[in-house]
Amino acid sequence: MEWEAVIGLEIHAQLATKSKIFSGAATAYGAEPNTQACAVDLGLPGVLPVLNREVVRMACAFGLAVDAEIGRRSVFARKNYFYPDLPKGYQISQYELPIVGKGKLLIELEDGTAKTIGVTRAHLEEDAGKSLHEDFHGMTGIDLNRAGTPLLEIVSEPELRSAKEAVAYMKKIRSLVRYLEICDGNMQEGSFRCDANVSVRPKGEEKLGTRAEIKNINSFRFVERAINFEIERQTRLLEGGGTVVQETRLYDSAKGETRSMRSKEEAMDYRYFPDPDLLPLHVDDAWLEAIRTTLPELPDAKKERFMFEYGLTVYDAAVLTSSRELADFYEAVEKSSGGETKLAANWVTGDFAAALNKDNLEIGACPVNAAMLGGLIQRIADNTISGKIAKQVFEAMWEGEGDADTIIEKKGLKQITDIGAIEQVIDEVLAANPEQLGQYRAGKEKLLGFFVGQVMKVTRGKANPTQLNKLLKKKLNS
Amino acid sequence: MHDKTITELAAGLRTKEFSSVELTRYYLDRITRYDKQLNSYVTVCADQALQQAQAADQAIAAGDAVSLTGIPLAQKDIFCTDGVKTSCGSRMLDNFIAPYDAGVVARCNGAGMVMLGKTNMDEFAMGSSNETSYYGSVHNPWDPDAVPGGSSGGSAAAVAARLAPVATGTDTGGSIRQPASLCGITGLKPTYGRVSRYGMIAFASSLDQGGVMARTAEDASLLLNIIAGFDERDSTSAEQPVPDYRTTLEESLAGLKIGLPKEYFAEGLDAGVARVIDSAVDEYRKLGAQVKEISLPNTSLAVPTYYVIAPAECSSNLSRFDGVRFGYRCDNPVDLEDLYKRSRGEGFGAEVKRRIMIGTYALSAGYYDAYYLKAQRLRHLISDDFAKAFEEVDVIMGPTSPTVAFNLGEKSSDPVSMYLSDIYTIAVNLAGLPGMSIPVGFVDQRPVGLQIIGNYFGEARLLNVAHRFQQVTDWHARTPQLKG
Repeated sequence: MEWEAVIGLEIHAQLATKSKIFSGAATAYGAEPNTQACAVDLGLPGVLPVLNREVVRMACAFGLAVDAEIGRRSVFARKNYFYPDLPKGYQISQYELPIVGKGKLLIELEDGTAKTIGVTRAHLEEDAGKSLHEDFHGMTGIDLNRAGTPLLEIVSEPELRSAKEAVAYMKKIRSLVRYLEICDGNMQEGSFRCDANVSVRPKGEEKLGTRAEIKNINSFRFVERAINFEIERQTRLLEGGGTVVQETRLYDSAKGETRSMRSKEEAMDYRYFPDPDLLPLHVDDAWLEAIRTTLPELPDAKKERFMFEYGLTVYDAAVLTSSRELADFYEAVEKSSGGETKLAANWVTGDFAAALNKDNLEIGACPVNAAMLGGLIQRIADNTISGKIAKQVFEAMWEGEGDADTIIEKKGLKQITDIGAIEQVIDEVLAANPEQLGQYRAGKEKLLGFFVGQVMKVTRGKANPTQLNKLLKKKLNS
Repeated sequence: MHDKTITELAAGLRTKEFSSVELTRYYLDRITRYDKQLNSYVTVCADQALQQAQAADQAIAAGDAVSLTGIPLAQKDIFCTDGVKTSCGSRMLDNFIAPYDAGVVARCNGAGMVMLGKTNMDEFAMGSSNETSYYGSVHNPWDPDAVPGGSSGGSAAAVAARLAPVATGTDTGGSIRQPASLCGITGLKPTYGRVSRYGMIAFASSLDQGGVMARTAEDASLLLNIIAGFDERDSTSAEQPVPDYRTTLEESLAGLKIGLPKEYFAEGLDAGVARVIDSAVDEYRKLGAQVKEISLPNTSLAVPTYYVIAPAECSSNLSRFDGVRFGYRCDNPVDLEDLYKRSRGEGFGAEVKRRIMIGTYALSAGYYDAYYLKAQRLRHLISDDFAKAFEEVDVIMGPTSPTVAFNLGEKSSDPVSMYLSDIYTIAVNLAGLPGMSIPVGFVDQRPVGLQIIGNYFGEARLLNVAHRFQQVTDWHARTPQLKG
């Protein structure tokens, strides 16, 4: 039987506010334990939550970006459960009336097609603290710095059909929240993480299979592996005549497997009810419009513009607009290259991206700025250097040896475009290889490459390749 | 001295008839002398009070005094006080010293008032007799065998016995008005949102409201002037201007329309109490008011509605008392579950546990719609009753409590009969309206209180209505005989 996976994601994006969702304490990561937790975060008796306005703005910006209905009246609710790192014994979240309603998002698949994924809702909530089990000699340490950090939980429709689609969706959401500057997307620090709901059903079947929820996955690679593991596990179970039980599972990245955490029967009754300490949240049209006007150009619109304005392929446009920083960098390179749209795209997505990757650097911190890369591209475009030599120049630039012109000058890499000079080298090469010349003329035309190579060897790669080809063919065929 | 109102005391301070230090010492001495039998205070802050008094005297000398600078008061032990134990009447918080002042406390301190101490109360404000306090029952100054009412029983007894000129209280279902009634003092529960809940330990957040307990309406107006107002730390606090409540006290009551809900005079009301209330209403007729019967048809739903909503909220509000970060922790917990179970099992008293269980049940999956949601709908009906009534009348009057103070132990084993002692006060909290209780007579030497209910933010009108009555009667000036 052919099986089909059904996947929905719940993404937790930590909102990049300076202070917490219901208190004035700072949200910065990595501080000494319990130094960023005020009386409200500690849940001391008598304290009350006060909603951070910036959190609401950010949630609205996200809602507008995924074309969602914004809940004009949303309600904070208490999710009640006991845990030592949950100071109040309840988490303030949104339940029946979230701030962001139904929306949608376009994702690109590997085969180049696009698919629309529904966003069910997105709601605001506070994060819990952290329990530290090591170093406390049989006791547990509680760090409440993270308690009260604002989260936007973004819930997708169960419309993802493979681990790859799930990853594409998650990447797209991450790109979007980073464009909007509402979340730093840092997955190591846990500012962007997800729970995956996975089920399988016979292909063509309408009814959903029983799902398992995999909790708290914090990298794209783990999302892909965890989902694939789960699809395989459930498929094997069903094929063997077994049944999937509804449960919460944990992904063990060391073992590459998921394992049961608690079953549905053990599931907690959270006793949600509207938080009487917070009034219903009203968002008015004027404020929403004001937020709309401040939205940046979003990835899809930017991609369309890149294709239209710069004549780029879908693929290049998609890669270049995957982050706002990269897109801005491309546009700066394109400008300083004097409008070499395609070359600029090739260089930014090719050698430049590879170098960033290799040295694990951010665009802002790397040794080659947009003007330098643009300058290099100009020299390719005006035939001062060949594409091959350009790679050499780029490497030197990356090593901090100066801009393209300086390096070309210093290393004597200027292309030989003087026809006489090239012809002279060709004559020398032909004279030195009479045997190959004979074979070529007898019909073995693929030896052309051999002669090109020999000329390039003598000129140390500096002969203009187009001219060289033309001249060489003329000589060989004469 | 102790028979002076705070209006008179403030005048005495200003004319240097006595100093705040002298006044504070006087009250501290009375507490030492009489509170052993009353048990109205959990904590007395003698040193701190004298320091505050000294500072107040300096302010008065420097001409920096405001209306109540140097006036001593007692704070209900539900308000967090920086550096002073805040127990909420519970073993759970017997060791809790808040690192901050509640909004109400900060305002009193800011006005130069002197905190004599923290008053006894039902545990977590859950009770109508002050018998659920971890610190023992409070005795009614009019009769040591009687309860003072609750939950602000300590504040009511302290003011009635003149162990504090004035005090704060909180009212979730009648906890200011009912003890004011049972102790023969003036108590005002303001409109929900009028007084900041910041630092006031939550029982049922949508019902809790801080207020004042005083000898007279005039005194209540002075203290309300200080504690009322918007607090940005409380999202449910009202951004409404605060009038000077003193300025309208003397307004005439001619033409005042008083509504008497027939449901408040039906079965269950003690006949003696009914007679006293009738004669108080007659006094209002003499003052020029028009009295008519009205109906609040959903009155009988108030108690059941309240006993779903209040426990539901309390079950969640009290989850933070888990033995992890502050408060009571059991000895040698073997694991987390044991820590929770024993800390909460040993730290909370029976009434608190009962309400946590009721509330947890009402919010549970499968019961939420039938209990919590339905109760919220009934709450709207109850509010609508009042809204309709206020289209016809200016204030609503009736008994504060169906009986005078009952005896200690009389109802403590019967929760439902205890809950019914708040039958006339609870609806006011569900609707969020302001309500007062003023002393209007006695039955069997125990005080009777008249409840006056006003429209939203109508505190000035209530105080005016109460004040004019007190101008022509002297029930508020009666003082219990204490044994020293």
